[in-house]
Amino acid sequence: MTVLRHTWFMTVRQARNLMREPIWIVLLLVQPMVWLVLYGQLFHNVTRLGGFGTTSYITFLAPAIVVMNAFFGATWSGMSMINDLDHKVIERFLATPASRFSLVLSQIVRSALTAAIQAVIILLVATALGVRIHTGALGWLAIILAAILVNSAFAGVSQAIALLTRREATMIAVANFIGLPLLFLSTTMIARSQMPDWMQSTASFNPVDWGVKAAREVVLPGTDWSIVGTRLLLLLGLSALTAAWATRSFRAYQRGL
Amino acid sequence: MEAIVVQGLRKRYAEVQALDGVSFNVREGEVFGLLGPNGAGKSTTVRVLVTLTHADEGTAAVAGHDVRREPNAVRRSIGYVPQDSGVDQFGTGRENLMLQGRVQGMSGRKLRQRADELLQLVGIAEAADRVVKTYSGGMRRRLDIALGLVHRPRVLFLDEPTTGLDPEARVGMWAEVSRLAEAESLTILLTTHYLEEADQLADRLAIVSQGKIVVEGTPAELKANLRGDAVQVELSDGQLEQAKVILATTGAEHEAVLGERTLVSRVPDGGAALPGILGALDAAGIGVATVAVSRPSLDDVYLYFTGRDFTSEDRGE
Repeated sequence: MTVLRHTWFMTVRQARNLMREPIWIVLLLVQPMVWLVLYGQLFHNVTRLGGFGTTSYITFLAPAIVVMNAFFGATWSGMSMINDLDHKVIERFLATPASRFSLVLSQIVRSALTAAIQAVIILLVATALGVRIHTGALGWLAIILAAILVNSAFAGVSQAIALLTRREATMIAVANFIGLPLLFLSTTMIARSQMPDWMQSTASFNPVDWGVKAAREVVLPGTDWSIVGTRLLLLLGLSALTAAWATRSFRAYQRGL
Repeated sequence: MEAIVVQGLRKRYAEVQALDGVSFNVREGEVFGLLGPNGAGKSTTVRVLVTLTHADEGTAAVAGHDVRREPNAVRRSIGYVPQDSGVDQFGTGRENLMLQGRVQGMSGRKLRQRADELLQLVGIAEAADRVVKTYSGGMRRRLDIALGLVHRPRVLFLDEPTTGLDPEARVGMWAEVSRLAEAESLTILLTTHYLEEADQLADRLAIVSQGKIVVEGTPAELKANLRGDAVQVELSDGQLEQAKVILATTGAEHEAVLGERTLVSRVPDGGAALPGILGALDAAGIGVATVAVSRPSLDDVYLYFTGRDFTSEDRGE
């Protein structure tokens, strides 16, 4: 109970700070919009290659962009922890009965909440561009859930790295190192059947691709909910694992004090 | 009743023996100072006492709770004002206070009232709803202290409370700390590397050097260990050797020669000895340019007990 209550207090603090500079939410949305609008237009003929399950490339792309955005956001989430470590905010809380777990968990929750808000905005823009989510409210929910889970899975990793290295430069290096490779080793931008064989098999182990698959499944015709369910469950399991790793890293940080 | 009991703390960081058997007691209601140069082990001692880190050996109890076995009981009884702030710069002063109160288990109207009261008490009420980024260094330090006090702790730890403040703000902070100690009937443990600060604030103090407590007592007791006041005589024409002989006849104990023309001696009572010293020098035809008497300072105490000069050690020389 204490963990949940304290996580709530800490998350409120972070959400409030984020809202105080709402320009960030807009700036963070520039990149996914460029992908959705410009990239989506540029490659609109690519569906002629076949295997996309739709002739509208933007319909194919939009749910994947939601997941990609959540993934990129997650790789940066450790920056906020480093900021708190640098300013000794964490240290001040450690000398109080504040739940240790809540200090890590609130960072992940904040990151996932941001991803959820951005998911809604991206989906609204996509709808304006003519994308139809035929599964309705349940479909929206599934896409937002995919965004939240992909985000929290990688936010856990980012938090762990932040706590272990405590350096912004390392965080940036790691974010760049895993960002594009995991994006290209997924079906975010292209149909699976158009990928080289080795990439197809690698993608099956890529958590970003799990999220893309789940989100896209509810948009394309002939939705198979079992695909959505299994991918979301896989992501949930992974999120639990990375959150556990982040918590362990937090203990390591405390021992080093 | 002892508010803090520390016995035989030892802690090693890789190559450095940060604590090498630290023991002291702090009585309830007193302001206790840990005085020492940078790197002496003051902050490490505080970090053990506020449960941020563990000692390798030794025991410590704060407000009756063992820091190792009952860390949460300790955390509820203490306020900790770390050396470098720890406030959330992107939140307002009030938001910082409210969050601190909540994790200390407070809520509702009681917490809101306490936050208002503290903002008044430390004098930042007008800035309460401004983001901390806009605060001056002094205001931020006041907020730090308010954060440490929100849950009405019994013991407050102030780690270098005035480092980084300008001299004026520092004097203001001294008045503040004394007033708070009174108003909140607190036990305060403060660390400082300012000798004046320890002298001004502490009821009792311990001098820490190289991970050990060198000596403990009230500032007056520590100074009484010295052999009295320093008399500094600057001669107008040199004649150092003759002057030394003459001073010896007046009962002043020679201590040092500074530069070309200045003699430092110790006498039990500087004011009373001065007429005799000046008369004797005058009778011998030795001209005196200036003369100064100084009460023993904590600088002298440090030198006396550790054999090292405080200022150069503080700079890490």
